[in-house]
Amino acid sequence: MQALYAQLLVGLINGSFYALLSLGLAVIFGMLNIINFAHGALYMMGAFVAYFLLSLGGINYWWALLIAPVIVGIFGMILERTMLQWLTGLDHLYGLLLTFGIALIVQGVFQNYFGSSGLPYAIPDQLKGGMNLGFMFLPIYRGWVVIFSLVVCIATWFLIEKTRLGAYLRAATENPTLVRAFGINVPRMITLTYGLGVGLAALAGVLSAPINQVRPLMGADLIIVVFAVVVIGGMGSIMGSIITGFALGVIEGLTKYFYPEASNTVVFVLMVLVLLVKPTGLTGRAA
Amino acid sequence: MKKSIASFLLGTALAVTTAGVAFAQDKSVKIGALSDQSGLYADLGGPGSTLAAQMAVDDSGLAAKGWKIDIISGDHQNKPDIGTAIARQWFDVEKVDVIVDVPNSGVALAVNNVVKEKNGVYINSGAATSDLTNAQCSPNTVHWTYDTYMLAHTTGQALVKAGGDSWFFLTADYAFGAALERDTTAVVTANGGKVVGGVKHPLNTPDFSSFLLQAQASKAKIIGLANAGGDTTNSIKQAAEFGIVKGGQKLAALLLFLTDVKAIGLETAQGLNFTETFYWDMNDQTRAFSKRFAAKMKNNAPPTMVQAGVYAGVRHYLKTLETLGGNPHDGVKVVEKMKSIPTEDDLFGKGEIQPNGRTIHNAYLFEVKKPSESKGPWDFYKLVGTVSGDQAFTPLSESKCALLKK
Repeated sequence: MQALYAQLLVGLINGSFYALLSLGLAVIFGMLNIINFAHGALYMMGAFVAYFLLSLGGINYWWALLIAPVIVGIFGMILERTMLQWLTGLDHLYGLLLTFGIALIVQGVFQNYFGSSGLPYAIPDQLKGGMNLGFMFLPIYRGWVVIFSLVVCIATWFLIEKTRLGAYLRAATENPTLVRAFGINVPRMITLTYGLGVGLAALAGVLSAPINQVRPLMGADLIIVVFAVVVIGGMGSIMGSIITGFALGVIEGLTKYFYPEASNTVVFVLMVLVLLVKPTGLTGRAA
Repeated sequence: MKKSIASFLLGTALAVTTAGVAFAQDKSVKIGALSDQSGLYADLGGPGSTLAAQMAVDDSGLAAKGWKIDIISGDHQNKPDIGTAIARQWFDVEKVDVIVDVPNSGVALAVNNVVKEKNGVYINSGAATSDLTNAQCSPNTVHWTYDTYMLAHTTGQALVKAGGDSWFFLTADYAFGAALERDTTAVVTANGGKVVGGVKHPLNTPDFSSFLLQAQASKAKIIGLANAGGDTTNSIKQAAEFGIVKGGQKLAALLLFLTDVKAIGLETAQGLNFTETFYWDMNDQTRAFSKRFAAKMKNNAPPTMVQAGVYAGVRHYLKTLETLGGNPHDGVKVVEKMKSIPTEDDLFGKGEIQPNGRTIHNAYLFEVKKPSESKGPWDFYKLVGTVSGDQAFTPLSESKCALLKK
């Protein structure tokens, strides 16, 4: 039984990454109607920026949490301005292919310069060590990841669903022409939204740098699972993707305990089941 | 009747002579370097292995003697079906003579069958499974560098003898992990220890926390990592995070490469014991070679033991062809000759290729240095022991290889 508690908690930790990443994807899909396949590559870039800030500039983890999402977010906004914006109104497939191509290029470039086995990034001193919870030894850093990503997820949800800015955003998705008539710069807002989604991915990258290796393929390994999370949660649903992210982390954790061989397929089995029963995802509404 | 016999003999004699002439004249060789070029094993093999093969060709000096040697490379993506498809295409279309490297035991065993079917030459350096020269041995195959039996009988044995008598395995769920766990379990039980449990994890797992918790709960003294590359580095890094080593359990990195240590960082990796058959900083010859190699590599990385094995294997192969006076394009014949010539090179020293295709040379027990002991960007290992080849590798009496029954 104790082991089970431990597995639940560990699942929650992985779930935080799924939640942060799928949240960014949901924001981008919900507002821009783009299936952002470059998300994994941008997550990886977040981790690499943190690594460079530390190794070249001596800038620590805490600043990296702030700076890396901004830098990668700006990179994302440049992508949106120069490439993605031309796809407005076209079939989803074009956005998917373009972002997938971008992901392959970014990963290829990083792989060419940094190899595939990755670079070390130490856990910040303040978060080293762990606590004995009785049923398990919880590394403080992992506890921090769960709490921090929960806060970020809820803040993002609040921003989009409960503030005036969020209302503009949602309105601009529904009817861009009308919102423009009110004097709101819709293209700029779309760019900023893409930047926000990308920034969330980069933030997840910084968070994961001390746990995983900073590797060019770290995002590619994760992104497929995250897409499954988004599909299960319902494309474009903010709360749906947060809850599904955490829930699937837990389910995966339990699978690792009961039947480890299936741990990297269980998410997809669930995806198939959900799609068969409720094709719009758990929280999605039919279009 | 007499006349027909005479003409038959004449014909045969002519055929033999012309074949002999063609054979002596054919000095073309095509080498295929098949590896994981972009995945989790790309740094320990990959482009570095192709470079090693190229250096072996250059160092052989055969080009100056009129030989024409080409190298092509391919990416098997750690998928047996892709690996065999490339191998078939290489033999059928590209007319490749020899396939080298091939890390990932699953792919390596699949390619082993293709090479045998096409009667090519197979010099494997990257794969670990001891089955390549045991149950699944082939007259076309030479297995260089290392294997799971060797890893079990060096690192594994040393740890059991030092008191680590209960084991829990974290095993990569494919041919390699299974072979390494099997061979290590045999050593553990033979030395009076026991295996209390284990988990099989999928290849290329980013998060090991669930598995590490199970290992922790097992209370085993030793947690055996029967995995490789990125899986091993993640296991070690995350084990440190969960306080496993501090809690009194010991990690056995059964297979660890130079690039893995670099990826983990000395801070976390220090004190790990493991075995390799080559390290760049062993002696003047290895240092000289590694310097030349690193100058041509991205990141100026020195060779891993897999890449060193590709170099040594290709050198020996070319030496054999030179002895034969030409390339007969007959895999079995070349490999037979390779086995009859003792191996000797700057990287692995003196050795031999056994009848089952296993190359025998020394194995070295290393310990990862403390950050304070390291004097350079790749100065990672301390030598703690040497095991001679005949002690480290499968004795022929234990081998189930069908080639030995002749």
